[in-house]
Amino acid sequence: MIEQLSTIFSYEFMRNALIASFWISLAAGVIGALVVLNRIVSISGGIAHAAYGGVGIAYYFGQDPMIGALLFSTVSALIMGAAQRKSKSGADTLIGVMWSIGMAIGIIFISLTRGYKANLMSYLFGSILAVSGSDLRLMTLVAALVLGFVIFNYRNLLAISYDETFSTVRNLPVTLLYLTMLVLVGLTVVVAMRMVGLILVIALLSIPPAIALYHFKDVRAIMLISVVLSFLFCFFGLVISFQTNIQAGPVIILLASVAFLLSSLVRRLHLSRKS
Amino acid sequence: MDKQAVVSIKDLWAGYEADTVLEDVNFEMYQDDFVGLIGPNGGGKTTLIRVILGLLKPEKGTITVMGQQAARGRKHIGYVSQFQVEDKQFPISVWDVVAMGRLRPNPFHNFRLASHDKEAIETALEETGIADLRERTMNELSGGQRQRVYISRALATEPKILLLDEPTSSVDSQSSNQLYDLLAQLNDHIAILLISHDLTAISSNVKTIGCVNRRLVYEGNKELTPEMIEAGYGCPIDLIAHGVPHRVLPGHQYEDHHD
Ligand SMILES: Nc1ncnc2c1ncn2[C@@H]1O[C@H](COP(=O)(O)OP(=O)(O)OP(=O)(O)O)[C@@H](O)[C@H]1O
Ligand SMILES: [Mg+2]
Repeated sequence: MIEQLSTIFSYEFMRNALIASFWISLAAGVIGALVVLNRIVSISGGIAHAAYGGVGIAYYFGQDPMIGALLFSTVSALIMGAAQRKSKSGADTLIGVMWSIGMAIGIIFISLTRGYKANLMSYLFGSILAVSGSDLRLMTLVAALVLGFVIFNYRNLLAISYDETFSTVRNLPVTLLYLTMLVLVGLTVVVAMRMVGLILVIALLSIPPAIALYHFKDVRAIMLISVVLSFLFCFFGLVISFQTNIQAGPVIILLASVAFLLSSLVRRLHLSRKS
Repeated sequence: MDKQAVVSIKDLWAGYEADTVLEDVNFEMYQDDFVGLIGPNGGGKTTLIRVILGLLKPEKGTITVMGQQAARGRKHIGYVSQFQVEDKQFPISVWDVVAMGRLRPNPFHNFRLASHDKEAIETALEETGIADLRERTMNELSGGQRQRVYISRALATEPKILLLDEPTSSVDSQSSNQLYDLLAQLNDHIAILLISHDLTAISSNVKTIGCVNRRLVYEGNKELTPEMIEAGYGCPIDLIAHGVPHRVLPGHQYEDHHD
């Protein structure tokens, strides 16, 4: 077993993928807990799909698709966040619209681009081969930003997530915190895209905290457990993917989904035994 | 020195897109006041509170809290909302909820709560008798216990004014008596504005009483006069009877407004 693992991770791309998993899990676990607690899973999905528009446009103009994705995810996070702050019900439609527009723009610009585009699939479904040194630096930076933001503002974030009205009356910077949180969701989505792809990234953000929420009653604990679970899914996903030659992203997400189902089953049994 | 109003409302009109809910409201409240407000469902009581808290912009008129605009003055207000937080799944302890009362706009202050903040939290927990619940998760509490947590959170802000919107709605009569005793004590140094449907409880505990139904009828009296009730367009009659022992008023208007 150990030997097998050391063979697997003797490849540089696998080592990179493992390091990437660590930073992505750190960012996704912490910000994902906030996404689940604030019930903004659909906004996060909107941000992820809108980012694809940036990938397409950047690709068409011969720029780095990561830059395009970062720009699009940040702008869409701000627009959807502002709409959500104004009216919860109105934002719902806007999220759906931006979700689709992003994908449409992405696909159109990519079809307009001549030449070889096979690696564009990696933005949709992820690719462990795609993780470069500059990607790793960006992942580290995003993880550090997320962690710094959440540690420094922990009580504020808890307050605005739990009771927005009371936070407003206390004159906390509710809108600023909320929008910063969404921008960080956007950045996390873009770096996690390298591993699991835009379409599956929402699962990586929401499944680990959802599992943790079943069993823990403290937001800090939920964040920690989410990070650990997310890393475990990525780790085993990578190993399985290497050995079966199946793409890593879907394997990771399938592992997470199975864990989620098992975990809710365990909880059901536990609850029904009690009553 | 002139007595300065802690809350002052002049010629206020307020409401929502669809319609105006409050018309021509004038109201002054002073530091040693304990005001009870009654009124039918949909009469505009919560709307009035939202305006005082600067959560809803008035259509016309001015509001000052501690001599400042509502959005600035509200830092002196401890607020207990009528509606409890809906998300029953949210994993948060009683202590963490009460600690929200110590948060300030300055993020550096909130990063690490100082020891005097922690003391204020403990005091607030003890005042409502829930100190032994401090480690418990909110979703393990009963409605009444949760209500006390929100009152503790309001007290933790060390307010000059307490605004309580139906604080006794999910509390049994013994706890409600305890709450009124506590409020009477706090009224030594805190002005209190309380909204309730329970006029029997209200009228024996507050210092002055008023009635909200689109308009506010408040003259700084303890008793509700029949004139006030008529002007208030029919407050819940069975509740009002306590303040007006010699007159039985028709109850149909309450039915009209009930939804
Ligand atoms: N957010 C809102 N948007 C539109 N209309 C609203 C809103 N909130 C309240 N209203 C309307 O304003 C009126 C006054 O509501 P308000 O909540 O102030 O009543 P209330 O006196 O607190 O009633 P209750 O005793 O039921 O708490 C009602 O007719 C209500 O339908
Ligand atoms: Mg109300």
